[in-house]
Amino acid sequence: MFDFKYRFQWRQVINNLPAMLDGAWITFYTALLSMVIGIVIALTLLSMRRSNNVALRSVAIGWVSVARNTPALLQIYFLYFGLGAFGATISSWAALLAGITFNNAGYLTENFRGGLRAVPETQTRAARSLGMTSFQAYTRVVIPQLLRIVFYPITNQMIWALLMTSLGVVVGLNNDLMGATKALTDLSYRTFEYFAVAAIIYYVLAKLTFGVARLAGWKLFSY
Amino acid sequence: MFSTDLTSNDLIFLVQGAWVTIELTALAMLIGTVFGTLFGFVRASFPTASIPLAFVLDVFRSVPLLIQFVLLNSAKSIVGLKISPFTVGYVVLGVYAAALCTEIVRGGVLAVPKSLRLAARSLGLTSLQDTLHITLPIAARVAFPGWLNLMLAVMKDSALVTWIGIIELLRTAQQINTRINEPLFVFFIAGLFYYVVSWAVSQLGNQAERRLQND
Amino acid sequence: MIEIQNVHKSFGDLEVVKGVTMNVNKGEVVSIIGGSGSGKSTLLMCINGLETIQRGSIRVDGIEVHAKGTNLDKLRRRIGIVFQQWNAFAHLTVLENVMLAPRLVLKLSRSEAEAVAVKQLKHVGLGDKLKVYPGRLSGGQQQRMAIARALAMSPDYMLFDEATSALDPQLVGEVLDTMRLLAEEGMTMILVTHEIKFAKEVSDRVAFFHKGVIHEIGSPDQVIGNPQKPETVQFLKSVL
Ligand SMILES: Nc1ncnc2c1ncn2[C@@H]1O[C@H](COP(=O)(O)OP(=O)(O)OP(=O)(O)O)[C@@H](O)[C@H]1O
Ligand SMILES: [Mg+2]
Repeated sequence: MFDFKYRFQWRQVINNLPAMLDGAWITFYTALLSMVIGIVIALTLLSMRRSNNVALRSVAIGWVSVARNTPALLQIYFLYFGLGAFGATISSWAALLAGITFNNAGYLTENFRGGLRAVPETQTRAARSLGMTSFQAYTRVVIPQLLRIVFYPITNQMIWALLMTSLGVVVGLNNDLMGATKALTDLSYRTFEYFAVAAIIYYVLAKLTFGVARLAGWKLFSY
Repeated sequence: MFSTDLTSNDLIFLVQGAWVTIELTALAMLIGTVFGTLFGFVRASFPTASIPLAFVLDVFRSVPLLIQFVLLNSAKSIVGLKISPFTVGYVVLGVYAAALCTEIVRGGVLAVPKSLRLAARSLGLTSLQDTLHITLPIAARVAFPGWLNLMLAVMKDSALVTWIGIIELLRTAQQINTRINEPLFVFFIAGLFYYVVSWAVSQLGNQAERRLQND
Repeated sequence: MIEIQNVHKSFGDLEVVKGVTMNVNKGEVVSIIGGSGSGKSTLLMCINGLETIQRGSIRVDGIEVHAKGTNLDKLRRRIGIVFQQWNAFAHLTVLENVMLAPRLVLKLSRSEAEAVAVKQLKHVGLGDKLKVYPGRLSGGQQQRMAIARALAMSPDYMLFDEATSALDPQLVGEVLDTMRLLAEEGMTMILVTHEIKFAKEVSDRVAFFHKGVIHEIGSPDQVIGNPQKPETVQFLKSVL
């Protein structure tokens, strides 16, 4: 039926596996970094949303809205080419990290906002009545309980972040898993084999992250 | 004063790109909704027997879309299949949408109380009648907000087909930018399209959700 | 000494406290009784500055609670409050619940805070629950933990807002016993309570609150034993 002459060649992909795994490590830590920064920003945006200052509130609302309503790739483009327009050159890795972080922060803020409704206002009041400042009450009483509620959404977002790092290649990143794979195929034209293996590595990364998060969740939130 | 090299031709070009984005989204959602509904019912009705299906669908959710585009694109040339990149684009997006839609439909079906189905059956409705007249309408109402969100996700993800050479909205923006070098302005316009569509649709979704909660 | 002078408090258009004047002396136990919505909880919140007031003044040991320059965080260390809902910090063990504020607010070292916390938890009879998460405790135990948590700040005053109202009837006794113990030790306390018998037993004075004002105030024997106003009689009839 099909004119099938193609011979798969897996050997050279196996030979280049170390290079791809190095890329996988970059992929992983880029995603992790974007999550850590994203969570900090999201918590900040969350308190900005709840503040009485109109300007602070608008910035937070705008951030969340843009992050959720435009493609992640556009966000990365905007940072990569857009900052360039101001004369500030930004590496493709930095643009990728900034883009995913921007995106993560937006989605996480919404998750956190939902989670916050599950931490009763009376917890803050109890903390304040013991003489804690509002910052202490927020960081030591509200946030720890919030983190438990949003742990599952955070895990999900981390997996999204892992997959999103693959967008770096579009602005020329060449040392993460996606970029390294593309660089290898450019030399060999073994596109299918290389990307099939890359797909498996991404899948394993996603599942490992999920598994580790599950275990960590059990350990951390024993109460 | 603000000045730009963006011409009216460029704007037409952008609109054409936006149209491709809409086409891709619509076709992908068609595939995704048909198969997602089918698979969702299967998943809800035979949870154990359909575990292999769940595994396969999960793979599509756990591998970057970009790679899925590349893989199908190169697979088609390996087997000598003559399909356009555009077809590759909406098929991959469609399968991805189906994988996500399955979970949404499954959630909707599971939200229909079992007692309700039993009641329907005890009134003498056949299994098919029950599914068509009782379960499906209720499940659809529960699943609708999630389905709208899925559509928006697919629209945004359709930007990735730019990498296999399809000229959609983001690609047109980038090509115009290459010429006039006004990235902030050009990407702003492209972004505005996504934003307005996405914002409007999610408002619609919020309203639907609110109505659902009030019933 | 807590001096409450002609305090008015509104939520929007709704005036909830309408000119309350009352003093609570050192070592005194004052109970506030009254119908639902009469403004009892609101008054307590105003005393430690969790709510603002529109008119009048509240002074605690001479410090104006609602003055601009007042450091409320500092003031609140001296005023413990226990709510109807015990508000255990779910993510911390019983011991950590009690240690948190001494560490953060009083800046005690870990071992100092632990010593204080253990002492107070033993005081309320929870010496064997230190490492347990509050989710595993009964309501009565959680409420006693909340009392220990407030006591760990070494407050000069304790405010109780219907501390037993959310408890199952068989658990009320253990919390009342703890409060009685504090009263006997000479703690200055304001109790908002529906436990009229208990109020009569431990209080030096009882205030009957009605529609945002103190309708009747005096010794328990006067207000509860021999009320003068028809509203007080009516109220007591409904709760006894
Ligand atoms: N934060 C608030 N915003 C608006 N109204 C409030 C607020 N808190 C209390 N109120 C209103 O103030 C009035 C007095 O409330 P408060 O809680 O002080 O009554 P209470 O005497 O403690 O009653 P209960 O015995 O039911 O606890 C009520 O009508 C209540 O609805
Ligand atoms: Mg009250």
